[in-house]
Amino acid sequence: MTSELVIRDLHVAVNDGEKAVLKGVNMTIRQGEVHALMGPNGSGKSTLSYAIMGHPHYTITSGDILLDGESILELEPNERARRGLFLAFQYPVAVPGVSMANFLRTAVSNIRGYTDQPAPAAEGRSGVVGSNLMPMREFRKEMLDKMDEFHVDRDFAKRYLNEGFSGGEKKRVEILQMAMLQPKIAIMDETDSGLDIDALRVVSDGVNKLAGPGLGIMLITHYQRILNYVRPDFVHVFYNGRVVMSGGPELAHELEQKGYQWVKDQFGANGEQ
Amino acid sequence: MATASDREALSGVKEEYQYGFSMPEEYVFKARKGLNHEVIDQISDMKNEPDWMREFRHRSLDIFLAKPMPTWGADLSEIDFDDIYYYIKPVEKQGKSWDDIPDSIKDTFDRLGIPEAERNFLAGVGAQYESEVVYHSLQEQWTKLGVVFLDTDTALREHEDVFKEYFGSVIPPADNKFAALNSAVWSGGSYVYVPKGVHVDIPLQAYFRINAQNMGQFERTLIIVEEGASMHYVEGCTAPIYASDSLHSAVVEIIVKKDGRCRYSTIQNWSNNVYNLVTKRATTEAGATMEWIDANLGSKVTMKYPAVYMLGPKAHGEILSIAFAGRGQTLDAGGKVVHGAPNTSSKILSKSISKNGGRASYRGLLKVAKGATGSKSTVVCDALLLDDGSRSDTYPYIEIDEQDVQVGHEASVSKVNEEQIFYLMSRGLSEEEAAGMIVSGFIEPMVKELPMEYAVEMNRLIQLQMEGSIG
Ligand SMILES: Nc1ncnc2c1ncn2[C@@H]1O[C@H](COP(=O)(O)OP(=O)(O)OP(=O)(O)O)[C@@H](O)[C@H]1O
Ligand SMILES: [Mg+2]
Repeated sequence: MTSELVIRDLHVAVNDGEKAVLKGVNMTIRQGEVHALMGPNGSGKSTLSYAIMGHPHYTITSGDILLDGESILELEPNERARRGLFLAFQYPVAVPGVSMANFLRTAVSNIRGYTDQPAPAAEGRSGVVGSNLMPMREFRKEMLDKMDEFHVDRDFAKRYLNEGFSGGEKKRVEILQMAMLQPKIAIMDETDSGLDIDALRVVSDGVNKLAGPGLGIMLITHYQRILNYVRPDFVHVFYNGRVVMSGGPELAHELEQKGYQWVKDQFGANGEQ
Repeated sequence: MATASDREALSGVKEEYQYGFSMPEEYVFKARKGLNHEVIDQISDMKNEPDWMREFRHRSLDIFLAKPMPTWGADLSEIDFDDIYYYIKPVEKQGKSWDDIPDSIKDTFDRLGIPEAERNFLAGVGAQYESEVVYHSLQEQWTKLGVVFLDTDTALREHEDVFKEYFGSVIPPADNKFAALNSAVWSGGSYVYVPKGVHVDIPLQAYFRINAQNMGQFERTLIIVEEGASMHYVEGCTAPIYASDSLHSAVVEIIVKKDGRCRYSTIQNWSNNVYNLVTKRATTEAGATMEWIDANLGSKVTMKYPAVYMLGPKAHGEILSIAFAGRGQTLDAGGKVVHGAPNTSSKILSKSISKNGGRASYRGLLKVAKGATGSKSTVVCDALLLDDGSRSDTYPYIEIDEQDVQVGHEASVSKVNEEQIFYLMSRGLSEEEAAGMIVSGFIEPMVKELPMEYAVEMNRLIQLQMEGSIG
């Protein structure tokens, strides 16, 4: 069965529900599809990403988010991840003192269900903490292979998660995590921002490697550039908390030429037509 | 996690204590409860001690009885000194090998994963069960080099001259009430002597356990690192749960001679009813280095401030202290550095974690004596609060009697960052796991200084501590 993420008339507020940011978003992303989401700063793209992943500060005031027909609004972020959702963060958070390898092993063990089993123990005894993680050797091999494949230096396994990583390194590591966690639907929030030309190439190649029938992607971007490498099936224009236009790849070109003023002129300052 | 019988044993205990199991007690001798000169004589008789030690004990008891309870720090008013056994000897003889150890004791170690540590570290293992060291092995090569690693009682018998020279020289009985108590009734602990120029490159280890109701543990450790020698001593312990309060009051004295190096690492995970009141102090001569790495989890009350007295020029002292306080726990930890000579340097790094209303405080002393010119010291204390009801306080005492010194002090208090939690949860970690990982990261700068096996154990302990802490 093809997985699908359906966002239905989603309204989201921030600041303890005081400030409305999303004002009726509708969108469907299926496995195998690549959607590009473009829109001006502050229009609510990251808010949409956080709401999908279940950030506690983003209150759903109405509407629904369904994965394979089931609402996920009541699920914790980790449960959403278990069901196959992934968010590549616009600003990945540093976790000092936690090595990437240790973090990733714990993450993979959760996502792949290793941790569903209790820690193995001899009869009548408690198992040792952490002994129900993915076996170290197997994990290491897979991680190192993926690091090579996605051009992340092997030294990063020992480094503390996102701490002192350059902007481009953080984005590459997000792709690496995505490769390890093998989601069904991935939201990639400006994974192309802040990259030099070569890094953009590496990251785009990465996305292309991951793209395929098993993965649906929502690529949030400000630039046409990445879309030259990663061909979207659909392009959506986001404005003032809503999707105001949808089309094929040609829409991105048109937007690049005409700028957001073109959108503003059509949809007004409030996003109302 | 716990087995059915564990759970039964733990029922009635409000907060689960993961290592809270106990084995049948196999006593050979048990002094009666309470403390007086008669008990002291009994202990000395049992141990067949020289007269000077017997007198030392009696003198210490008088000091103990005369000294008032400390009025600062944690509340100690519930300790009933008359309701404590001051001496228990669990098995007749020292175990020669692992096979000689009673099964019940082995089983306890088994659950703690100690055999693994032993397998992995082909170093000497001194394991204290109740108040005696029952098992001791030391790699032959060190013995050849003249390294002595014994339980303190045996050391007194076999190396009396050196022992007498240093015993009580760093921490005299009059130092504080609990040092006096320990001096009066001490039993067990480790004795290490590293001869001049000898480098012991594999950590020496000892495990300490309390396993008798109301059993006070008063181990006494004495370490002498001769000129240009070096060693790393590791101590780890955890205790079973009992209904009434348990007192642990150790004394650790360390002498590091000229250009010597000593590191003493501790992981303590006491059950929630233990009073852990420990005096640890080292003196360092010219060019010598002393490092304390001290991780404290659990207990009802911990008061512990490892100290380094830098007595010779260019001596160096470092104290890395971790305190993790959960519900109903007060951990008052920190360190003391005393600069007593020119160009000495020191560093104190303290990390405290409080959850479920626990209270972890930093208490530290930085003293620069007159004449200790060119001395440098930095003190950094970071506190992490896991919830609103928890507390952290900082009591930095600074006494500087010299002009030409460099002193830095930084303190920070932070809460677990929600964005970090969300990020980790979005990768499949539960909220509890995410918080545990952040806590592990917070103390990583210290944990990475521990031998690998201990670092692993420490992270396990942190995870166990975090279980059920959220929500
Ligand atoms: N946690 C928050 N608290 C307060 N305001 C917020 C919060 N999150 C988002 N907002 C506000 O909501 C609006 C949308 O922000 P969002 O980050 O979703 O925009 P964006 O489309 O991702 O912008 P950009 O292209 O700059 O990344 C902005 O006005 C922002 O200030
Ligand atoms: Mg954004």
